Amino acid sequence: MNQDQIKAAIVESLLSVAPEVDPEKIDPGKDLREQCDLDSMDFLNFVIGIHHSLGVDIPEVDYPSFISLEKAAAYVERTLAVR
Amino acid sequence: MPSLGADMEAGTLVEWLKRPGDAVRRGDIVAVVETQKGAIEIEVFEDGVLDRLLVEPGMKVPVGTPLALIVKPGEVPAAAPAAPQPTLSPAPVAPSPAAPEPEPIQAAGPRLKISPAAAARAASLGVDPRRLRGTGAGGAITLRDVDAAPAPAPAAPPTVAAPVSAAQAMRSAIAAAMVKSKREIPHYYLATTIDMAKAAAWLDEANRARPVTERLLMGVLLLKAVAGALKEMPEFNGYWMDGAFTPGPGIHVGWAISLRTGGLVTPAIHDVETKSIDDTMAALRDLVKRARSGGLRSSELTDGTMTVTSLGDQGAEAVHGIIYPPQVALVGFGKLVQRPWAVDGKVVVRPVIQATLAADHRASDGHRGGLFLTAIERRLQEPQSL
Repeated sequence: MNQDQIKAAIVESLLSVAPEVDPEKIDPGKDLREQCDLDSMDFLNFVIGIHHSLGVDIPEVDYPSFISLEKAAAYVERTLAVR
Repeated sequence: MPSLGADMEAGTLVEWLKRPGDAVRRGDIVAVVETQKGAIEIEVFEDGVLDRLLVEPGMKVPVGTPLALIVKPGEVPAAAPAAPQPTLSPAPVAPSPAAPEPEPIQAAGPRLKISPAAAARAASLGVDPRRLRGTGAGGAITLRDVDAAPAPAPAAPPTVAAPVSAAQAMRSAIAAAMVKSKREIPHYYLATTIDMAKAAAWLDEANRARPVTERLLMGVLLLKAVAGALKEMPEFNGYWMDGAFTPGPGIHVGWAISLRTGGLVTPAIHDVETKSIDDTMAALRDLVKRARSGGLRSSELTDGTMTVTSLGDQGAEAVHGIIYPPQVALVGFGKLVQRPWAVDGKVVVRPVIQATLAADHRASDGHRGGLFLTAIERRLQEPQSL
């Protein structure tokens, strides 16, 4: 799976939680919870979506790695590469 | 047409999910109704056979209108009530043939030149300021321009009202319920700060062992703690109706869910007290999902016996809520914050949360309210027992 596919899957998971968000307008380096008004339930469902589509297990201590699109993509890439 | 809230007057039948001749059981979803709170799945209250449908999809009928005739096993269908004539127009409503509107003189641009006083007057008179010619500096609309404007035509009767947007409908539903609450319920408010160190540590530990799909949120611990306290002090669980308190038939906690496109709903999670913490979490996830995608059930909108609002980690530190009538209490939780906290004579940093109670003074007094918050606090110190 390449970088673009990973990014697309992460954005797709975000949109399933926050369908009104325009992905073009998201700053990939900034906190998603603030940009997209995600509460803890939204964030959990966002992480679950990534888990389902990309098959990565995400321990709770690693949640901070998912606060921005950039960080999330890097985390998934790292995890998939290690495997 | 069931009443799905004190503020609901009518609903539009969207579709039937059962046909005449189908057997139905109590709790079955038989129809979908569009209301101010979105599309709601309507459950049936009796076992029997659906004999006849009395309302066609697309019809908007007042609360109380029979939607269908259900015949109990072995019962001969009685003469059906006459099919209801909708007193309100069928939806969707065709745009009313309004009188030709005058051309706007100022363009409906993003910024209208109007003084604040004139804007306020225009709003109170129902005058659209975009249709006015401004005589003030730079063409700005002044108070005098507004007063000189012809009075707007009286509001069209509801039978020909143009369809309002879902967001507007929800806004007016919230407005009606909150105005009723503030007008009728003598609220009193209490607040306490709860040390959440044990609950947070327990939650971390529990989640470490769980796959992401089974993890718990702090909100579920709060919900369970409130349900336990309600069992202990049932005077906060129920309704104030006809001048007296009626205890709730179960502990059905309404959970305030803000909708991403604006507005909120407070559907109930049934029997929270008897559900395990995992079942409560599953119910909460399911409820939030359906609230946002529009698949709430009628019983969820009407069965709440008290309400919890939790602001979550992006919110403020405390919330002083407005009771959802005819309930008698609402518990609010602010966001979890790290604060200095005295333990055994020393100051340490602890995660704390502010819990507030808004309660109906007709049904309870402040002393009992304080004990109720203490009961919640005590439960959160023993998270393993939740």
